[in-house]
Amino acid sequence: MSDTPIDRVAKATPPSVAAKIRGLSDRAIAWLFVLPTIFLLLAVNIFPLIWTINLSFTNFRANRPNREVDYIGLRNYERILTDEDIWLTMQATAHFLFWTILLQVLIGFTLAWLINRKFKGNDLWTTLIVLPMMLSPAVVGNFWTFLYQPQIGLFNYGISFLTGIDPSSFQMIGDVKLAPWSIVIVDTWMWTPFVMLICLAGLRSIPDYIYEAAEIDRASQWRQFWTITVPMVLPFLMLAVLFRGIENFKMFDLVVQLTGGGPGSVTELTSINLKREAFEKWRTGYASAYAIILFVTVFGLASIYVKALNKVKER
Amino acid sequence: MSSYSITEPSRLQKWLAGTLVVFYAVITLLPLVWILTTGFKSPVDAIAYPPKVFFEPSLEGYVNLFTTRTRVSPEALQALPPPATWYEEIVRNRDMVIAGPSRYGERFLNSVIIGFGSTFLSVFLGTLAAYAFSRFKVPLKDDLLFFILSTRMMPPIAVAIPIFLMFRTLGLSDTHLGMILLYTAVNISLAVWLLKGFMDEIPREYEEAALIDGYTRFQAFYKVVLPQAATGIASTAIFCLIFSWNEYAFAVLLTSGTAQTAPPFIPTIIGVGGQDWPAVAAGATLFLVPVMVFTILLRKHLLRGITFGAVRK
Repeated sequence: MSDTPIDRVAKATPPSVAAKIRGLSDRAIAWLFVLPTIFLLLAVNIFPLIWTINLSFTNFRANRPNREVDYIGLRNYERILTDEDIWLTMQATAHFLFWTILLQVLIGFTLAWLINRKFKGNDLWTTLIVLPMMLSPAVVGNFWTFLYQPQIGLFNYGISFLTGIDPSSFQMIGDVKLAPWSIVIVDTWMWTPFVMLICLAGLRSIPDYIYEAAEIDRASQWRQFWTITVPMVLPFLMLAVLFRGIENFKMFDLVVQLTGGGPGSVTELTSINLKREAFEKWRTGYASAYAIILFVTVFGLASIYVKALNKVKER
Repeated sequence: MSSYSITEPSRLQKWLAGTLVVFYAVITLLPLVWILTTGFKSPVDAIAYPPKVFFEPSLEGYVNLFTTRTRVSPEALQALPPPATWYEEIVRNRDMVIAGPSRYGERFLNSVIIGFGSTFLSVFLGTLAAYAFSRFKVPLKDDLLFFILSTRMMPPIAVAIPIFLMFRTLGLSDTHLGMILLYTAVNISLAVWLLKGFMDEIPREYEEAALIDGYTRFQAFYKVVLPQAATGIASTAIFCLIFSWNEYAFAVLLTSGTAQTAPPFIPTIIGVGGQDWPAVAAGATLFLVPVMVFTILLRKHLLRGITFGAVRK
């Protein structure tokens, strides 16, 4: 290669503009480069966060900006933690988190393991399987309501084709019992490829010689799977669970388009509930306290989890 | 080749694995295929039972997507001059006339402006910050990096409350600039993490050689490091673009008219008695296909992008 960076550097002559900043020290450049980012994050993340904390101690309502604002101490927090509806919301979120993560881990890992059998054309199929997760959850979620229509919906038709149940006899979205599963199914459909990709990276990181050594020691396939494959993929799998956990705790777009939290409030996940408090009931102070509680929860759980993950990695 | 290796799966294993994976892929792609085909169905075919796999293609969905129509009486329709265009004809067949363009074009354009604007800004700022984090001793570096990442843990709705108030005060509500700044702030954490990973992989020796040759640090950065990081920067840009393109929560809460992007708009496309599914599918198709193409282009860097550079392969 004749056009290596070194050659390029040798050919190019320093322009005059750059000469002006020649005097800048490394330290100055470091700050010059980092500050715009820090400034932006302070303005759009930290400042709003502090504002939210401040609002969470008030009874402010954003739809009545001219009304007098009172500081009411910890009353908002107290009300949230003793509100039964919020605990129901938390339960709906927990159900959603548990089942989506479990299904995605099982299916994702299986798929990765199968793809790692290195059959012909596995790259192409991997790319195709990945497509759903790259698409807009709101747009796709909205279209799934069409697939879930009783009678004409493709999903109901498929189920009836496989089981013989009348396709108009069940409503995935309208039924109180089925609706929580309808969101689990779509989320699993969308995000299984994510877990699959990370598991695949884990599987491909295991060097062949470990299996060769096990083969020489006459370890059975089953034993190899449990003593080599699983432990070596575990850190990757845990990372995938961390990402899915954080993302699904924040889940909004997909579910709001699918069920809107209904019927009743059986699929009202925390984010949807929060949106209702903040932008429909306009209880801004209350919603701010709610937001802080959610943030602290995610942050706390994620920190504990990352510590566990690091321990697994060290092993 | 390694075909004699004892760790190579047997032919039967490969065949079985391949069949299962293809089976999964076909099932998982069905909803997407359904979006693509529904866009070309007539309204009657779209809601037929049993669901129609073979149908006569129609462009009615696409015509409905881009137009607004009004119903007229058969007599009034008779009195009109014959339709001048093929799309006028499709609409007339439904006893309607075209009243004007729909808002889909505008919404799509908003998505493009906000998507590209925020991508440019976040990659520009992200490249600078990533270079500094990669090459210099920045005080509290690890804390800063973790802080940048943790901004992603907030539920968007939680951030939206103060942003809503802030935008209202600053007059940024429902403006392109406001959305560009907001998406930049969200994307920058991804950009910094990804780009830092790419920059860490560029050997320092290149720059050191340039510095010895009399280049300033700044020149070494944009003449040596930037060209080397080009692939990384490009794939980071595509990830940022896809995020802004798909984003819904902020868009639905902070925009309503001027700056509304396509994701909050597409689900509101309604026809007679509910959603006009062929039109929705047509709108979704035009909106989703660019991302599908980008995904295929990105496949080598996909893993890195979706895991914030935590898994590099």
